Amino acid sequence: MESLTFRHTTTKPLPGTKPQAITGVVASGNLEILLERVLPPDACEVAIETPVAGYGPVWEAVVADFVARAQPGGVRISINDGGARPDTVSLRLLQGARLMEA
Amino acid sequence: MADWRGERKARDARIEAGRAHANGKVVPAGDAVALLEAVLKPGDRVCLEGDNQKQADCLARALSQCDPGKVHGLHMVQSGIVLPEHLDVFETGIAERLDYSYSGPQGARVAKMLYGGQIKLGAVHTYLELFARYFIDLTPHVALIAGVSADREGNLYTGPNTEDTPTIVEATHFKNGVVVAQVNEIVDKVPRVDIPGDRVDFVVEADTPFFVEPLFTRDPAAMTETQILIAMMAIKGIYAEYGVRRLNHGIGFGTAAIELLLPTYGEKLGLKGEIATHFALNPHPTLIPAIESGWVRQVHCFGSEVGMDRYIRERPDVFFTGADGSLRSNRALCQTAGLYACDMFIGATLQIDLMGHSSTVTQSRVAGFGGAPNMGSDPHGRRHPSDPWMKAGREAQIVGDPALMRGRKLVVQLVETFGDKLVPTFVEKLDAMELAKKIGLELAPVMIYADDVTHIVTEEGIANLLLCRDADDREQAIRGVAGYTEIGRGRDRAKVEELRARGIIRRPEDLGIEPLDADRSLLAARSIKDLVHWSGGLYEPPARFRNW
Repeated sequence: MESLTFRHTTTKPLPGTKPQAITGVVASGNLEILLERVLPPDACEVAIETPVAGYGPVWEAVVADFVARAQPGGVRISINDGGARPDTVSLRLLQGARLMEA
Repeated sequence: MADWRGERKARDARIEAGRAHANGKVVPAGDAVALLEAVLKPGDRVCLEGDNQKQADCLARALSQCDPGKVHGLHMVQSGIVLPEHLDVFETGIAERLDYSYSGPQGARVAKMLYGGQIKLGAVHTYLELFARYFIDLTPHVALIAGVSADREGNLYTGPNTEDTPTIVEATHFKNGVVVAQVNEIVDKVPRVDIPGDRVDFVVEADTPFFVEPLFTRDPAAMTETQILIAMMAIKGIYAEYGVRRLNHGIGFGTAAIELLLPTYGEKLGLKGEIATHFALNPHPTLIPAIESGWVRQVHCFGSEVGMDRYIRERPDVFFTGADGSLRSNRALCQTAGLYACDMFIGATLQIDLMGHSSTVTQSRVAGFGGAPNMGSDPHGRRHPSDPWMKAGREAQIVGDPALMRGRKLVVQLVETFGDKLVPTFVEKLDAMELAKKIGLELAPVMIYADDVTHIVTEEGIANLLLCRDADDREQAIRGVAGYTEIGRGRDRAKVEELRARGIIRRPEDLGIEPLDADRSLLAARSIKDLVHWSGGLYEPPARFRNW
């Protein structure tokens, strides 16, 4: 098990008012993402628990691209990874952001 | 004085020796070993029919049980190395040399035996290349083939999986070789004559029906959003863009997803009748919804697929069928159709390097080639124009008089940036190179050469290699769709944006596709059971795909 945490500053808060959302499942090749609107509006934190060690730089790149694209200010994101591929992680993050905006 | 009939006399002698174990042409399964020991000579070139689907497994077992003192040093020339017996014969010395095409399930053992020196390898061929050599320098002395039934005259019904049989028999029988067929049953009258009896010397009534593998069944339940996104990009960015009507699909989940999106996403884009109307393709179960909703007009098949027989019988306007109603397939002719009469090949691969060479060989497996290298290559013998072919040709910067221009076959690699177990699809150097060095192959087993590939589609976007003008364009176009692999993260970001501005790289948003719309609800069928419903109950999936 590897734990990773990435903190970013955003230019704006994530739109919408939904306090929390959850998407995905912890299955092989998949992941579960919990989003909570609990941080200051210009902060985003992503905490990852993954069974696959050694992919720190890939997670860092995926999270940085997501933050740049979605600007999820105010949101803390917790990821329970089941060995998902980076494209699946990106997709789930965007799906999570969309749920919060609803 | 020269003897012009030496081969003929030798064949007559072999047949004479075999007759001792036969009643007319018919040999009981229990005497198959004795028959083979009688007709085979040391050093013979032997084609043991191992196709994609159909396997001459009873004859394979018999061959592996022959006495290596009597039968040894054979040169096996066969398209598929599929069954364990296909390799057992090399361990006992019955066989010594090998020329073949495909070894999917036995890929790891082939690699080990090549490395250990138990197999003397001629070459790993593409299908058409091996078939061609059957008629020039790899003509079999003895062919061991498989069919569904035969009559006592040797007239053979191959069933829907005709596959390689006509080609093998043509090369063997008409050049003084001996043809031995295994059949599931001897009947008074065959449903149709696929091989005339005078080309078949012996018929062995097999103890069990021949083995067929459902190779082309992809369960829609296992399709991911990423595969759906890639399929949407391919439909909008390539099928629609070039107006591709005549094509061949690979056997992966990516192309299966495209098949399932035609009646839904394709319909929404108004593309019915404009794309994907004529196929060189095995009867993929995932094609059923597109056929049923009137998208697909015609399909010619390499072989059949388990469970599709009843459906095909009821759709003779779409498939090639015999007077008996069942599918007539033919690998050599369908490969030729895929090569010359299709404007596009689209399929997956395991590894792509920075130039665009691709391979399905990994460090420890020599899987050989399927249909991809023939259909995924630009045929220089083509002369008839079509819109997609001409457009691709123009994009490849044809210079000089347009009337002297060659078009281009669209060869599209559809891949996810990471494969199973987070193995990256994009690599600096193909594993095939390392393997070739290790086992002493002169040529690395490359599935599709870089100069044949026109597009690479991943979940990150489409790279159009036709529009690349130099090696740097090409490398960055590939890196630019390689996602979070090391190759992808090593991109020159400014250059990739330049390529995007030039239309060489196109992202989902450039195509008007929202990645979050890539949802399983877009699939025309979301399970095997849905496919059965679409077929009106005619599709009969094999047990392992039935989970209801």
